[in-house]
Amino acid sequence: MAQVADRLQPWLATLDGRPRGGSRWLQDLRDRAASRFVELGFPTVRDEDWRFTNVAPIASSEFRPAPAARVDAEALKAFVYADAPLRIVIVNGRFAPELSRTSGLPTGMRFGSLAAASTDHADVVGRYLGQLADSEQRAFAALNTAFTHDGAYLFIPDGVVLDQPLQLLFVSAGDPGQPATMSHPRSLIVAGDRSQARIVETYVSAPGAKHFTNAVTELVAGEGAVVDHYKVEEESVDAFHIASMHIHAARSSNVSTHAFTLGGRLVRNDIIAVLDGEGAEATLSGLYLADGNRLVDTHTTIDHAKPHCPSHEVYKGIIGGNARAVFNGKIIVRQDAQKTDAKQTNRALLLSDHATINTKPQLEIFADDVKCTHGAAIGQLDEDALFYLRTRGLPFAEARDLLIHAFAGEIIDRVQIEPLKRALEAELYAQLARDLAEVDAA
Amino acid sequence: MLDIKNLQVTADGKQILNGIDLHVNAGEVHAIMGPNGSGKSTLARALAGHPEYQVTAGEVLYEGRDLLDLDPDERAREGLFMAFQYPVEIAGVTNAYFLKAALNAKRKHQGLPELDAIEFLQLSKAKAKLLQIDQGMLNRAVNEGFSGGEKKRNEIFQMALLEPKLAILDETDSGLDIDALKVVADGVNGLRGPERAIIVVTHYQRLLNYIVPDFVHVLSGGRIVKSGDKSLALELEQKGYGWIEAA
Repeated sequence: MAQVADRLQPWLATLDGRPRGGSRWLQDLRDRAASRFVELGFPTVRDEDWRFTNVAPIASSEFRPAPAARVDAEALKAFVYADAPLRIVIVNGRFAPELSRTSGLPTGMRFGSLAAASTDHADVVGRYLGQLADSEQRAFAALNTAFTHDGAYLFIPDGVVLDQPLQLLFVSAGDPGQPATMSHPRSLIVAGDRSQARIVETYVSAPGAKHFTNAVTELVAGEGAVVDHYKVEEESVDAFHIASMHIHAARSSNVSTHAFTLGGRLVRNDIIAVLDGEGAEATLSGLYLADGNRLVDTHTTIDHAKPHCPSHEVYKGIIGGNARAVFNGKIIVRQDAQKTDAKQTNRALLLSDHATINTKPQLEIFADDVKCTHGAAIGQLDEDALFYLRTRGLPFAEARDLLIHAFAGEIIDRVQIEPLKRALEAELYAQLARDLAEVDAA
Repeated sequence: MLDIKNLQVTADGKQILNGIDLHVNAGEVHAIMGPNGSGKSTLARALAGHPEYQVTAGEVLYEGRDLLDLDPDERAREGLFMAFQYPVEIAGVTNAYFLKAALNAKRKHQGLPELDAIEFLQLSKAKAKLLQIDQGMLNRAVNEGFSGGEKKRNEIFQMALLEPKLAILDETDSGLDIDALKVVADGVNGLRGPERAIIVVTHYQRLLNYIVPDFVHVLSGGRIVKSGDKSLALELEQKGYGWIEAA
């Protein structure tokens, strides 16, 4: 343990400066998480879950906690979606009321600052915060919790159906050339029984900004709730982004979460979904683009705890340059969870000879009457398809782009929010065009 | 239109075509027949520019130009079309999108204005109707989940839209019921004209009842061992390929 503490030297001082105050229970939560983080230390490549992702560049860096900052509304225009009239903006981990739009909420609904809610909605926040994100086992979740002060809070009362999407926009404000900063955005989403919502989490920073985002989102879906969640990560290509999303799905609820990873130098997304009531359904899909020297790591866990729960998982990656990707999809089927129907697909397209992916399905099945399928397909573009398109007159580059767009399109087409879909397409295709121009030049 | 001289082709390091000579004029329909493994499909694929087939000797002139010097897509834009024996499934790309892109690539090459979505739709609907092809096919992903017959119809549909100068059908008749066979034949016959040529590669004579060839060539061991008119196909149907191989 002493060794761990030694390695954490600069971090211990930073932890000492963590936020204080607020409710007693919140203070206790932070303190426990801080001590646990010191015990756990940062994971290393000797940890099975971190075998292919070395976080030493984070552990050995000194990040200063991101200071309070103001961001011009104009600068965020590209990242807010016109048909999301309700949004909260979190700048450097702090709720920014002047950029947020939270008026006209249905009675009883809460959408705003987590810090504020931890005092004036303390019964709900106190009941759920930190319940899903396991600070005991997960060092980064513990680190986030130790720093939890503000973030996003969404509470949807029972039976409330929201027809407009909600956006949570997380901004790391910092300019290239400034010392690297870190923020630990925290989100708590509680969707009441039979409620319905579409939620977009977006993470952005200025191009070239060096920073570390360590995000944790907890999503509690009540009985029969329908939640369609999107996470868009388009931070600077010099950013470290570690995030975990923890989902608890009650009986007959339906939760989908779609992850789009377009930015970041080292990105790790953990998604843990517990299907904890009969008939709960989960859909996990994702699309990531890794290029240059970037690393994109996705670890998902779908925990089938109760019978009759279907889960659908499709992840796709496009990897070019010297980039690396990791995909680990774990499916647990508990002894009680008969009639589970779990399907997992992981596909990756390698655009260069130096691009790599490590992929692993992990099935832990303790029930006997279940259906679990998984498949992984890694490779170059399908030569036969390319030839076929070319024999109809499409030039090589056009045929290739058509196939790559079709590959990505399967995931983008799942987006139920039209402006988000268009924005994702535009950003993805622009990045792809740059990457492919490099391939063509080589 | 097409002049093949001493064409030798290898695939996977194995010699398959051992010197093919074939001359096809505009306005003609040639049938290439032969037993399994004789090199029929290799000839079709090599002409289309399949990367797995290496030409080791010989030359192919297409309208006086060196065909082998052109990329597969250049060959297509110059008017060559091959209907695949095994059409490829392409998930996530609709037939309509694909064919519009293909048609416009060709039109651009010819210096013609590109068709917009509405013009393309009108044209493709008209062609589909002519060939009695379900228009719903346009909005489905290319060949994905298509039955064998649907895939072949789709090939003919593409051919009808792209209006090639030289069409090569690589065993398009295999596995088709009689209705689908007639669709294929109608498509090909609709394309026949003094400025076009068609090469029909087939194992069986049946298709040639509907697409009547001007010439029939028999391939065996990577060479054309016999040429004749349509009566040769009937002879093959009666006697089988044994007498050719033995000869």
